[in-house]
Parts: sequence; C-alpha cells; structure tokens
Amino acid sequence: MLDLSLAQVRTALRTRKVSARELARAQLDAVAALNPRLNAFITVTPDLAERHAAAADAALARGEHGPLTGIPLAIKDLFCTEGVRTTAASRILDTFVPPYESTVTANLLRDGAVFLGKANLDEFAMGSSNMTSAFGPVANPWTRTGDNRPLVPGGSSGGSAAAVAARLAFGATATDTGGSIRQPASFCGIAGIKPTYGRCSRWGVVAFASSLDQAGPLARSVEDCAILLGSMAGFDAKDSTSADLAVPDFAAACARGVKGLRIGVPREYRSDSMAPEIEALWQQGVGWLRQQGAEIIDVSLPHTKYALATYYIVAPAEASSNLARYDGVRFGHRAAGEDLIELYERTRAEGFGAEVRRRIMIGTYVLSAGYYDAYYLRAQKVRALILRDFTEAFRHCDALLTPTAPSAAFGQGEKMDDPVTMYLNDVFTVPANMAGIPGLSVPAGLDAQGLPLGLQVLGRPFDEETVFAVGAAIERAAGFTHRPSIRAGA
Amino acid sequence: MSLDPATVRRIGKLARIRLAEPEVVALGAELNGILGWIEQLNEVDIDGIEPLAGAAQMALRWRDDVVTEGGMRDALLANAPDREGDFFAVPKVVE
Repeated sequence: MLDLSLAQVRTALRTRKVSARELARAQLDAVAALNPRLNAFITVTPDLAERHAAAADAALARGEHGPLTGIPLAIKDLFCTEGVRTTAASRILDTFVPPYESTVTANLLRDGAVFLGKANLDEFAMGSSNMTSAFGPVANPWTRTGDNRPLVPGGSSGGSAAAVAARLAFGATATDTGGSIRQPASFCGIAGIKPTYGRCSRWGVVAFASSLDQAGPLARSVEDCAILLGSMAGFDAKDSTSADLAVPDFAAACARGVKGLRIGVPREYRSDSMAPEIEALWQQGVGWLRQQGAEIIDVSLPHTKYALATYYIVAPAEASSNLARYDGVRFGHRAAGEDLIELYERTRAEGFGAEVRRRIMIGTYVLSAGYYDAYYLRAQKVRALILRDFTEAFRHCDALLTPTAPSAAFGQGEKMDDPVTMYLNDVFTVPANMAGIPGLSVPAGLDAQGLPLGLQVLGRPFDEETVFAVGAAIERAAGFTHRPSIRAGA
Repeated sequence: MSLDPATVRRIGKLARIRLAEPEVVALGAELNGILGWIEQLNEVDIDGIEPLAGAAQMALRWRDDVVTEGGMRDALLANAPDREGDFFAVPKVVE
C-alpha cells in the first residue's frame, strides 16, 4: 500500500479499499521503524495525523472529498504549522511554536491532506547535502551497490526527499532557493518541481532569500507532483509577490505529450568535466523527446557560467537581511548578555550554525557601505542578463532540457572541505531561481554505482503545464521503476 | 579584495554575531575563498544594464492602509524568551 503513487492511493481511499486512518497508521509505523536510521523527520506528529485522518474518513463517509483527502504528507520544517514546533533545522528556533499556519500548508489542509510531521532540512535551507541541520544529517535511502556507507539525500529539502523516496510519505512540501527541490529529487530518485516565482505563497515559510525562495512539491511521480502543486498554488494577498493568476489543471497537462514542442538544449550546460554518465543520460533524454515528436534545437544561455557566483551574492545579501529578525527578543533561542548588544551577539553566535553564520557574514559584507556597488549592484545587473538569456531562448523553444545536478548523491562528509565545492552542486539549478522560471527534476536513470540521476525541464514563467508535459514524457520513456534499498516494506 | 582580520571583526559587529578570536582567522580564510571565486563577475559587461531585484515581473500591489489583522497580543507573546506582563523583556538599555 505504501508503495503506491499518490494518485493510486487516492483512488484506494475514494473507493474505500483503505481508510485514511489505516493508511495514516501504516505510514506512521513505517516512519517509526525507519526514521531512526534516516533522520528524515525532525518532529513526528502522530496525534495530528490521527486527527487529520479521522476528519478525512468522516468526509469520505459523507461522499465529500477534496483533491488530497486522506493523503499522508511530510512537511518541510520551514513551513510554519500552527501549534507544531517549526525549527528551520536551526538551534535558534528549536523551541519556536508558530501561532499560525503557512498559506501553502493551509491550502493542503483545506484539500484534506494528513500531516505526518516536519521534515529535516539544511539549516534555514542553506545547503546542498542536509549536513548543516542542527538536528543531524539525513541519510539517503539509496546506497551504492555493494557499499552501505550513508550518502547525502541532497539539500536543502533532504528530509522531504528521503521521506518520499523511502515510502514514508506519499509526497512532501519543499522549497527551492537555488535547487533545494530539484537536486534532492535527483539524488533520491523522485520527482520535484520548483514552480514559477509567485505561484505558491511564501507567507508563513521561514524566509531565506525572498526574491528566490519558492515552495513546491516532491513526490514519486510527475503526476503526483502536479496534483500536489494544484493544491499548494494560488493567489494569496498576504504575499506581496504572489501571482494573481488562476491555477491551471497541472495533472491534466501531464498527459498532453510533446508532439510539436520545441525543446532547447542549452550548449553552455555542457562541459568537458561533465561526468560521461550524465552526458549520456542527457543525450538519452533528448532522444526520448525526439522519438515522441518533439523538435530539438540548440540554444545559447551565455551567462550561465556566472549564475552561481551571482547567486552567492544575492542569496546571502537577502539572507543577512531576513535573518536579522533572530535577535533573541521576541521568539526563539536567547543567550544571556550583560546588555542588549551582547545578548544579540551571543544569541546569534550560539543559535546559528557555521554555514548560516558564513552566509550572513558574506551578505553583510556585500551590502556594506563601499562594497554595495561592486558586489550587490553588479550581481543584480548580471541577474538581469541571466533573465534576458532565458527570455531570448524561450523565443525559439517551449522548454529546455538539462541535467539536474553535476553528480549523483555523494557520501556524508564529502565535499565539506571548502564551501565553494559544495556550492557547485547547484550549478544547473540556480539559473532558474535567478530568472524565476519553473524547473522540474524527473528521475531518468541510474549511474554505474546504482544511484539515481535526474533530468531537469525548465519552462517559461507560469507555463508549468508544458514543464509537466515534458517531464511526464521523459518519465514514460525512462520507465524508472528502481527503488531505494532503505524503504518501507523492503 | 581580501579581508583582513579587522574587517572580519567589523562584519561580525555589523551582523551582530560574536566571533571568538580563532574563528576570525578561519572565517576570514573561508570568506576570502568565496569572495575570490565571486570576482569572476568582474568579467561580465554590465554597461547600460538595469539591475534586477527580483523575479516577480510585475508591479507590487497596493492595498488600503488599514489594519487587516490585529488583537493578537497573546499569540505574539507566546514565544517570547522573556516577558514582563504584556511586554518583551530585555536587559536594561537606559541607565
């Protein structure tokens, strides 16, 4: 039962083959059995799940159901949940219990979802490996063939991705500031979409970099992601950058096919240092789409190579501003101080982990008097050029196909020697955040070590439908039915 | 541009993060590594380009300047690390 897709288990619930309570209990048992090994959840909420499931059963008994009635989900611990501790995987919020519900999670509850608990992540969503969590690293449910050493699930939505891949939830909420949905999806062999900036409300999501942060779903199929995004998305007056646009039928778009679509292959994503397996998978993806009737064209995104460095000015700058609120006065951790300044400085030194401190410092520096123009203003101008590249490319094609990440999942503790090595994980995903366009990762194959690799589909702003159509076409052609070694029922 | 220890200490002050002395050297080296890598942006011709602040390609909405939600004193204070009555409490600021 836990191995079904979200769409399949939804049918089982609606036809009363399983009750929401039975499903929730089976799911909670699986979480209890595997979470000590995976550490995918920071907080498990069995009582809340039981309550949500009971309400779902009552609705189903009345013959009333929403799009997600009775579906067990994991919620990234960056979404504020009323009455449930929300930590952002940081010591500074380890006691924070929000008195309100984020808009995205409220939308999921409106549609009948059952919340299992709060998923682990990199601290404040800053990381690509889940190694920066104050609540310990997450183990990837996948391991290399013949090698049991734990691998990272990617980040920052590593707990969400690990939970979904290990069949501990049918889907999960996640957020993506530089690749935090797509890279973990690729590392864990599942699907995930970062929608267009403005598609999902940011209200009640702990802020990292507000011009880049965007919520989206992780699930085991492209269609499941489409169903979840349909519930998560929508205009919200409480987010000033929320897009006042109708939410299309994303799930229907998955069946559209790609006949007649023009798919761009950006030449700047190719490099001599690209792993041959990833290059081969990319070519395979191009072949699949061509076979299904798409036209493949070569496109150029000349500023691609500068996106990551631009990101490491813009994101820390916004983070240094957003994280100024953690001062030990109104909520969260407080350290003692003789005076107010000492209280602030000690609270923030104790409360933030090394990566968060590093990014706040970078952000503070690039915004400081005398350096603002040289760093921040220059980065904003390069950002404009990155957007212009995409706008120009989308005059010639309907979607772009690239690899999601430059490697498969790596070992816990690897790539930790210098920060820039870790940052390079996001080289293929960051440009979409800079431009605000939608990007989906779909599992497309395994590498020689038996680890999943994803392909990324990028689309025009607010054209997630084409992105879903292309992603579903790759999914059908890839026939990816591999499962991780660590999973419920294994 | 290279950060010396005095600059690292100054950024720490601006960011309100207390830095122990051994950290200043280690953090300085890390920050210099990141900033050195970022210098590649100096190659880009940005002449005449307008800066882009965000990806929401739309004008920000206006709304009436009225209270939309309020009267939530208890909810606001519920997470306070220290409070006195209906106030957040902090160490004495004014002698």
